[in-house]
Amino acid sequence: MSARHVCSGGAVAFSRESKWMGALKRMDRKRRSAFGILVRLLLVLAIIGAAAFYVLTIPSVLPETALAQREPDLVNGVTLFHAGGCASCHATPGQEDKSRLGGGLALKTHFGTFYAPNISPDPRYGIGAWSELDFVNAMLRGVGRNGEHLYPSFPYTSYQRMTVNDVRDLFAFMKTLPPETTPSKPHDLPFPFNFRRALGLWKLVYLDGKAFVPDPNREAQMNRGAYLVEGPGHCAECHSPRDILGGIKPERRFAGGPDPEGKGWVPNLTPHEDGLAAWSENDIAYLLESGFTPEYDSVGGSMADVVANTSKLSAEDRAAMAAYLKSLPPRPGTRPSSQN
Amino acid sequence: MIRIVSVIAAVALGVTAVAAHDDVIKERQEAMKSIAGAAKGPGAALKGEAPFDLAKIHESLAVFQKQAEQLKSLWPEGSDNGETAALPAVWQKRDDFLARFDKMAADAKAALEKIKDEVSFKAEWPKVMSNCGGCHKEYRKPR
Repeated sequence: MSARHVCSGGAVAFSRESKWMGALKRMDRKRRSAFGILVRLLLVLAIIGAAAFYVLTIPSVLPETALAQREPDLVNGVTLFHAGGCASCHATPGQEDKSRLGGGLALKTHFGTFYAPNISPDPRYGIGAWSELDFVNAMLRGVGRNGEHLYPSFPYTSYQRMTVNDVRDLFAFMKTLPPETTPSKPHDLPFPFNFRRALGLWKLVYLDGKAFVPDPNREAQMNRGAYLVEGPGHCAECHSPRDILGGIKPERRFAGGPDPEGKGWVPNLTPHEDGLAAWSENDIAYLLESGFTPEYDSVGGSMADVVANTSKLSAEDRAAMAAYLKSLPPRPGTRPSSQN
Repeated sequence: MIRIVSVIAAVALGVTAVAAHDDVIKERQEAMKSIAGAAKGPGAALKGEAPFDLAKIHESLAVFQKQAEQLKSLWPEGSDNGETAALPAVWQKRDDFLARFDKMAADAKAALEKIKDEVSFKAEWPKVMSNCGGCHKEYRKPR
């Protein structure tokens, strides 16, 4: 009886102790499992995140079937070459011949320095070995020949508006230019901007992939001007302020902004009093032809290079660009008084 | 004493030099404005916004020639200091820079002889005007 008692007493003591231990262990197990759940959750989230990043940043390209058999129009190609201002960045600096597209121009931005590559038809150093589809994908999707994202220093955000046929004509014309054997210089970008894949996310925000659609309610000239200005002409790329990620602020498009290369101010192109309100369409067209403002000041800097191209367009195309610029919504935007 | 006098003299000279540069900067800006002003009338005729006026065109070309010749002497060493848009290249590539004024004066003179009617005006006028942009691109701060 007593032994039973002792025994039962021991059992009582044991069961009391085990209660404690059990509680402790349960708590520990609970805590440990909570930690384990957290780790597992984070792991799953990381995997989902990586997978989402992977999927979201897959470079989107046009399929082979996008390009039907067709005879290129070289005359149209020349027009687009000038309208697109290709030579301004890709012609080898320090020499006069603007048809030598060996690249090398440095574009210093606060993301780092971009170097315009060789886009001459040399198969080794240029884009001579590129297929037509490769070129179309570079222009309209911002995707390089090896399926990599291209940096938007190459203004495909505007070029994406171009028609596929115009891009094909441009490519055919560029094939007729002299091959250059200058190797392209890699961009000089610090982390994280040197992580190309992340451009896929940038594109989700800033690249809509929409081609230009003419407005049936507007005259043909206005549509032509809109196409040239918004598409190949890529005027907004310099004449708009950019946000912290380098995207154009849509509500300030064409309202002028700090020079993307750091110094100075790029003028407002909208018909606001801060911009071109006092200019006639004729004045704008004449600037694109001659480089003169209505006050007979001549434009300098990069705009002088732009005029070197636009002066080779037809008078009709320049007039169309002028008409479109005058039709833009007027937006304020002027050089800060601290900058001269 | 001599030291003090020479220091004062040097400072005074320095001040006059700066003041003189301000003057020369202003003078060349006025010369440029006078060229721009002379370009307006014929420019409007070229754009079809004003009637063709041969006498006015000849007048403008004479202004171009005169101002281009005068401008040559308005870039002394040190006049890159001050309220100027001139780039250092003006003084680094001085020979090329100054030769451009000779070319402009010569082109204006040639056009004066060649422009006799509206057709010759439309052909020759842009050639004279092409002098401005090339030089501004290389020698003036972009604006």
